[in-house]
Amino acid sequence: MTGLRLGLALAASVLALGAATAQEPKKGGTVHVVVQPEPPMLMQGLNQNGPTNMVAGNIYESLLRYDEKLNPQPSLAKSWEISPDAKVYTFKLQEGVTWHDGKPFTADDVVFTLDKFLREVHPRWRPIVNAQVETIEKVDDLTVKITLKQPFGPMIMTQEVASAPMIPKHIYDGTDYRANPANNTPIGTGPFKLKEWKKGSYIHLVKNENYWLKGKPNLDEIYWQIIPDAAARAVAYETGKVDVLTGGSVDVYDVARLSKLPNTCMTTKGWEMFAPHAWLTPNVRNGILGNKQFRQGLMYAIDREFGKDVVWGGLGKLPTGPISSKTRFYSSDVPTYAFDPAKAKELIKASGYKGETIKLLNLPYGETWSRWSEAIKQNLEDVGVKIQIENTDVPGWTQKASNWDFDLNFNFLYQLGDPAMGVARSYISSNIAKGNPFANVGGYSNPEVDKLFAEAAIAATDAQRQELYTKVQKLLADELPVLWLLEMDFPTIYRCNVKNLVTTGIGVDDGFRDAWKE
Amino acid sequence: MNLAQFLAGRLVKGIVVLFAIAILNFFLIRAAPGDPAQVLAGEAGAADAVLLEQLRARFGLDQPLIEQLWIYLKGYASLDLGFSYRQQRPVLELILDRLPATLLLTGAAFLVSLGLGVLMGALAARRAGRWQDSVITTLALVFYATPLFWIALMSQIIFSLKLGLVPNVGFETIGANYTGLARALDIAQHLFLPALTLGLFFTALYARMMRASMLEIAGADFVKTARAKGLSPGVVSRRHVARNAILPVVTLAGLQAGQLVGGAVLTETVFAWPGIGRLMFDALVQRDYSVLLGVFFVSSAMVVGFNILTDLVYRLADPRIEATS
Repeated sequence: MTGLRLGLALAASVLALGAATAQEPKKGGTVHVVVQPEPPMLMQGLNQNGPTNMVAGNIYESLLRYDEKLNPQPSLAKSWEISPDAKVYTFKLQEGVTWHDGKPFTADDVVFTLDKFLREVHPRWRPIVNAQVETIEKVDDLTVKITLKQPFGPMIMTQEVASAPMIPKHIYDGTDYRANPANNTPIGTGPFKLKEWKKGSYIHLVKNENYWLKGKPNLDEIYWQIIPDAAARAVAYETGKVDVLTGGSVDVYDVARLSKLPNTCMTTKGWEMFAPHAWLTPNVRNGILGNKQFRQGLMYAIDREFGKDVVWGGLGKLPTGPISSKTRFYSSDVPTYAFDPAKAKELIKASGYKGETIKLLNLPYGETWSRWSEAIKQNLEDVGVKIQIENTDVPGWTQKASNWDFDLNFNFLYQLGDPAMGVARSYISSNIAKGNPFANVGGYSNPEVDKLFAEAAIAATDAQRQELYTKVQKLLADELPVLWLLEMDFPTIYRCNVKNLVTTGIGVDDGFRDAWKE
Repeated sequence: MNLAQFLAGRLVKGIVVLFAIAILNFFLIRAAPGDPAQVLAGEAGAADAVLLEQLRARFGLDQPLIEQLWIYLKGYASLDLGFSYRQQRPVLELILDRLPATLLLTGAAFLVSLGLGVLMGALAARRAGRWQDSVITTLALVFYATPLFWIALMSQIIFSLKLGLVPNVGFETIGANYTGLARALDIAQHLFLPALTLGLFFTALYARMMRASMLEIAGADFVKTARAKGLSPGVVSRRHVARNAILPVVTLAGLQAGQLVGGAVLTETVFAWPGIGRLMFDALVQRDYSVLLGVFFVSSAMVVGFNILTDLVYRLADPRIEATS
């Protein structure tokens, strides 16, 4: 029965795909999209919050785009070459690209962006450029050369639009970047321009008539509507006020119901670059949590299937280790932890646990996370571990997590396309620093892990990198510096007559270039 | 003491109160964990010490606390409510931007609830013990006891989803570009549900208060006298009972009016109404100190102002009350 239904669904999607590719995109039209919470600003070089990226990724562009398999695709770079020693990257830029204010986009902008602007302000680009890059030079108006200090495999994955948005040099050079009044009127090269931002209501983007990719974009306008309540967002979709419910914008228990509405499509694609990975971080500095047997006991005690199927409504997949199965360098050759309370009890007993209370810091991102805390508390108390759930608001959580003030802490992190960027940061000892909730806050430190991650980042070939990452996954899955709970899915729900919406590894974040409305 | 002296005295007191509130607010919000830089960095999913330092400097958090307090008070003394780095706008602009929508919602709810509440209360009192009274008091109890967010969601499901009568969220139809009368009509349609939801709660309060107050006065000697004079029940009710019974309602209305500018967080959130309540709530969860302080200040100024106004209305409703009392 299930097999048949799956077969039918597959056949239907193949048909739909065939139809979509055969159809000529229609020009014009307006799409209404939900964005939540309201972005703080749309200047993507200065702010990379989820909602900011969702809107600004259609205003700004980067050198490369990435398809759903995370293969680099041309964007502002028409083509690129990597030298045989893997140290020199040469990017050829598209011709005839202009900024939204009409000024030409050239190699000077690229050099300014990567070498000056982002080096100063971007928390993800700064460590890469400082540690790996020797020089960034303009060869001619349409050619840029990046020379590395040593081979750095992830380099080609760093040019996603939120990680490296191109910034206009003529507006920002020589100014105080964060105080520049132009931050309110973002100027990019992208397919859409900011027309109006009515704070608290909507953000209005209109088609860039002079977009360099001829014939694109297809749509005339996008309205990003700010609707703070999840249930009201669902009603707004049902009554036709909005056409697209972006990932995570409705409650998980509404996803199945909404997906069944007429003319409604649902996809979990478009998150491959981020591949959000959720886990519990034990603070290994705190007594018994430093004990590996105890952590393994906790892992056996947690019914992760239940969390996925009930708490998250069946969305997502169980992870096996630090690297998401959706990204490169994943290995399934690791010790696994099936739900086994008896084994959990044994391990916890052997660890010398004396019944002390363990504080579980809930992630204040809505009801689903609270239910998850409760389910896990029940699992752990079933094997005799005392759990006390701590609740706070987002700033409170950020502070507690950043300052290591927890025993067990929920978190979910983006994988960012490569283990060197999105994975290593949670396990290496050089990233044990206060002030950042996404650093190695649990305090796990292992010289062998440090060495493996360091070598893997700069190994010359992908095969060598895979070997090192396979090793480190095996090691970490045994050590359990964190307890991996879920490879999360954030479904995008949209009207089926909005076509080609999710075609890249970051989905709607840059999806409106190619989208069209039937 | 004449009216001018009374007003001057109250204004001076008001300013002292506002000053104290401003200082209290400043320390109160800093007692909450976290700060705006940490929140902003945290939301981005990546942060390092350099970024935090840059942001803290931008928010002015790198200054000593007492220096920050001084800058804040100095600004307020010249009616400069500061700048929100997070929103990249002056605080005053952010508040003024939200003011029309806020006043429309809270004002509509205020008028609806005051009118409807007083009418229902008076009617219930006149028909005390009869079925009309039971219906009204039961309704009032239901409005009063039902959580606002539940009414808000249910009204969306019934009126927007099932009946398709009015839109469920927003201030106006986004992208429609209506002008003139068409726009007013469109806004009115959007206003219907939030104003009703917010108004129902206060309607219940006014109705209950008006009823109780009327019944109390109805037994008073001067009412008996009026009846004995042979006045019709309607006239007695309107001229003798209602006018005396309205005083507690004025008190309550003064309190509600003071909160008009503060907006209504819950209603605005569920109906995506772009009001000050949401501005404040967002600022709270983002620890956007300057916006939060600005909204607090404007709201408390309104409360102080409306308290003075309420005292004046007392004198109109009941000339026996001296301005000095």
